[in-house]
Amino acid sequence: MATDIIIHDKKDNVGVVVIEKITPKQDCACWIMEDDSSTNIQSVDEIPLGHKIAMVDLKEGDTILKYGHDIGKVVKSIKKGEHVHVHNVKTKKW
Amino acid sequence: MEIPKSFLGYKRENGRAGTRNHVIILPVDDISNACAEAVANNIKGTIALPHSYGRLQFGADLELHFRTMIGTGCNPNVAAVIVIGIEPKWTKKIVDGIAKTGKPVEGFHIERTGDIGTTMKASKKAQEFVMWASEKQREECPLSDLWISVKCGESDTTSGLAANPTVGNLMDKLEPLGVHLCFGETSELTGAEKVCATRGATKEASEKFMKTWSSYNDFILKEATDDLSESQPTAGNIAGGLTTIEEKAFGNFQKIGNCKFIDVLEPAEEPTKGKGLYFMDTSSAAAECVTLQAAAGFNIHLFPTGQGNIVGNPIEPVVKLTANPLTVKGMGEHIDCDVSKILSREMNLSEAGDELIKTTLRVANGRLTCAEALGHKEFVMTKLYRSA
Repeated sequence: MATDIIIHDKKDNVGVVVIEKITPKQDCACWIMEDDSSTNIQSVDEIPLGHKIAMVDLKEGDTILKYGHDIGKVVKSIKKGEHVHVHNVKTKKW
Repeated sequence: MEIPKSFLGYKRENGRAGTRNHVIILPVDDISNACAEAVANNIKGTIALPHSYGRLQFGADLELHFRTMIGTGCNPNVAAVIVIGIEPKWTKKIVDGIAKTGKPVEGFHIERTGDIGTTMKASKKAQEFVMWASEKQREECPLSDLWISVKCGESDTTSGLAANPTVGNLMDKLEPLGVHLCFGETSELTGAEKVCATRGATKEASEKFMKTWSSYNDFILKEATDDLSESQPTAGNIAGGLTTIEEKAFGNFQKIGNCKFIDVLEPAEEPTKGKGLYFMDTSSAAAECVTLQAAAGFNIHLFPTGQGNIVGNPIEPVVKLTANPLTVKGMGEHIDCDVSKILSREMNLSEAGDELIKTTLRVANGRLTCAEALGHKEFVMTKLYRSA
């Protein structure tokens, strides 16, 4: 089955879109690289190739995990299936 | 895949082997560029390496200038060197440094002679060198004569998912075969620095890495006028889906696979602890980083990209790979190795690593890279601080 989203690590709360784009309310097939398992998610936003989708609801101050590691903090609450990017996540450095 | 045990390279006087056979015209300083370019224009098959610095530098910054100049001349991809500077003393210092390899090198200074007289004298010597070098033949060299440097650029999330892990897979397969490996990009490990430090092969290597990274971070905290959000990640990174420097750093870090680094090098410093992986303190700007790695003696470069960086180097062939299907489609003339099938899961990481090994060996044996065919010769010196 085609994969729409790849997730690096099973601890991650975001996945990466690997098709040209996903559209709102699309049922997406996700592959978790770390343990070669699968899961599904329904999208809320349109999200282009390479951009991230929230796999769970996230609130302000939460940590984004990718590669199983901390890659920044949520600055505006994000619902499961929404686009995760510079408008709702910031670095913890600087 | 059975990995070939050898490649066809140019054996040099000091025991190293080159993947290329360049005769270079090396200006010591910015004002000698015109003369160096005139010589390269006169004598076919030579290349000039113009750059912007070499005057009034001092201290560690001047040492780095000399290390980069001498190291570039010493690189085994270079058969012979003409050095041209305004003044005799610094010109001679660079000639003497390169001469230690045993390769043909000669220096010329412009003062008291002028551009035209110097161009004439240097052109005669350059002709002699290039005709001599043209008779050199490729010979079978052990794989361990490959010194492979890596750096990624115009990264996006496909870099961290696939292109960078492909380089990591190549490292995991080639490291046991005795090659030298080098990664750098001090600034773009920010966020992953503590995890990176755990990959030091010894306590000393780990501590040296943290000291190097902390020194960079202290500088940023002192000099930055904002949060670097216009620079790290770049607009190109953000367009490709990268949100924070931490995310970029963990993607970057995939390039070393499961290898551990045995030492931390100064910019352009030649490794001396034998085979294995080294970390070099470098800028994360593509041309600066590759220039420093080439000056340290690395003879082939692997460059994973997401959105499509197009950098090349005059002496070290730069092999590009990408996993982004849109980059392959839109700018395929820059991509030597397409691993985009990882994303559609039609190719696994080990297959991609094998493809990259094949491409690397073809280039080592003489196949031109995309960047070479397109004329990319970015030679960019790193300057540490203002001049005296």
